Amino acid sequence: MKRLLLATALAALSGAAFAQDVVRLGTEGAYPPYNFINDAGEVAGFEREFGDELCKRADLSCEWVTNEWDSIIPNLQSGNYDVIIAGMSITDEREEVIDFSQGYLRPASSAYLAASADADLMSGPVAAQTATIQAAFVAENGMQVVEYATPEETVAAVKNGEAVAVLADKDYLVPIAAESGGALVLLEKQESIGDGVGLGFRDSDDALREKFDAAIKSMKCDGTLDAMITKAEYFGPDTDLDWGDAGKEGC
Amino acid sequence: MFAACADPKAIDGLTWGLCYLTSAKHVDFYWSFLTVLLLLAITAPAALGMGFMGATAARSHIAPVSWLGKVYIWMVRGVPDIIFFLFFVIALDQAIEYLKNLAVCDGGVWPWQGLEFRVCPEAKVPLAKSSAFWHQAYGFMLAVVTFAIVFGAFVANVIFGAMQAVPRAQLETAEAYGMSRAQVFRRILVPQMWVYALPGLGNLWMILIKATPLLFLLGVKDIVYYARELGGSKTQAYEYPHGDWRLWYFLGLLVFYLVFTRVSEIGIGKLTARLSHGQATSGGEALRKAAA
Repeated sequence: MKRLLLATALAALSGAAFAQDVVRLGTEGAYPPYNFINDAGEVAGFEREFGDELCKRADLSCEWVTNEWDSIIPNLQSGNYDVIIAGMSITDEREEVIDFSQGYLRPASSAYLAASADADLMSGPVAAQTATIQAAFVAENGMQVVEYATPEETVAAVKNGEAVAVLADKDYLVPIAAESGGALVLLEKQESIGDGVGLGFRDSDDALREKFDAAIKSMKCDGTLDAMITKAEYFGPDTDLDWGDAGKEGC
Repeated sequence: MFAACADPKAIDGLTWGLCYLTSAKHVDFYWSFLTVLLLLAITAPAALGMGFMGATAARSHIAPVSWLGKVYIWMVRGVPDIIFFLFFVIALDQAIEYLKNLAVCDGGVWPWQGLEFRVCPEAKVPLAKSSAFWHQAYGFMLAVVTFAIVFGAFVANVIFGAMQAVPRAQLETAEAYGMSRAQVFRRILVPQMWVYALPGLGNLWMILIKATPLLFLLGVKDIVYYARELGGSKTQAYEYPHGDWRLWYFLGLLVFYLVFTRVSEIGIGKLTARLSHGQATSGGEALRKAAA
């Protein structure tokens, strides 16, 4: 009886609901064109459109949740949401704690954004977002790394001279450089880091991962993914669409 | 919001500014001020209640109750707020889900599996299928409980001290009238201690106001979250592109907090004057002289 009462109380606490499966998609919401919060206060960007399409194909009803980047993996593990869809590169370190779907974006090249084209990357710290492949790359390659919690802050660090450059995904930096009026420029040097971008799942959630993998595959096969990636507002027509190993075989 | 705002890239000047400040995200920002005020309105009495119980327990003549009160005060006061906020909220959330897991999941397996915390979908609080409102309300509730416990410990310490400060002679007089221990507590000690507690409580109120940005740590989208989010520079991917305006947004928050704390100070000052009337304190004495 006690257990019944407790269950009733807790069920009431968790609110009224329907029976259909709901999958919660966790994203950062601060990294255009991958994902950002638009002026209507909603998640937008490439991953919004991509995620919604995946859910449609997998016949799931999905809810979007935003979470700070640096706690995005722990909060997946504690069950606050079920999928990470946040431009997360597939790396060995992350594979140890979560499972990835197949890649849905090719390894994006990372670029340096600095105040001048002849900035010396060894002359001072290079900014990167905490817990990103870029932060690890900077540290491993003998440069001094200074980490920030959000992408926004890494760019601000270059503007106010705290860092000589910021290393981030090129697609994030290109519009910033273009709209800075010459104050910020991309260096010619670029880096290729990571094994592509995938969805993150809990290790124990194989069934869910397989559903999403099948949906990604079907989007690759019928060309909708390529068409979505090359949209002008996302990654543009020049994007590398050579899918390699995780590509279109078996379509 | 307005018809003129349909295409933000085509407008400029005052219209642009007006449209910008009334965008859906800005409206969320304005609502978040209410979130903060609501948090204060619920947390302050809750913390006062926790503090009162803590202090009463700590003064108790029954040893275990007294230990309980003292350990509560000591533990919470001894841990940095930010650590408490990071640890306790996760612990509380998982504890609630663990209890529900025992009640509703078949078998009720041990949910802490390696790095993951795993309960059956029916045991999630709130359920995954609940609306976003319930998720936010649940996060807010966790925040209120945490704030109440943390600030309750400080309040308990202040009230404990205030109770000790009530002149022994007053309590003795009450005893001489034949009042029981409970009657002395209820009729003399509690009404008389407020004047001693008020400076400390006022101080805590100010600290509580200033601690509300911790909400952001708990995943509740408060004014600091929105100021940072709205102020960050926006490229053409957004409807209203602009540079790094965080300085202005934070300046707005600064003004908000300064006005709020100033108003609070005035309010606390008036309350102190009212409670000091006829008290055997220097504040009460000053009031008597001014009136004479």
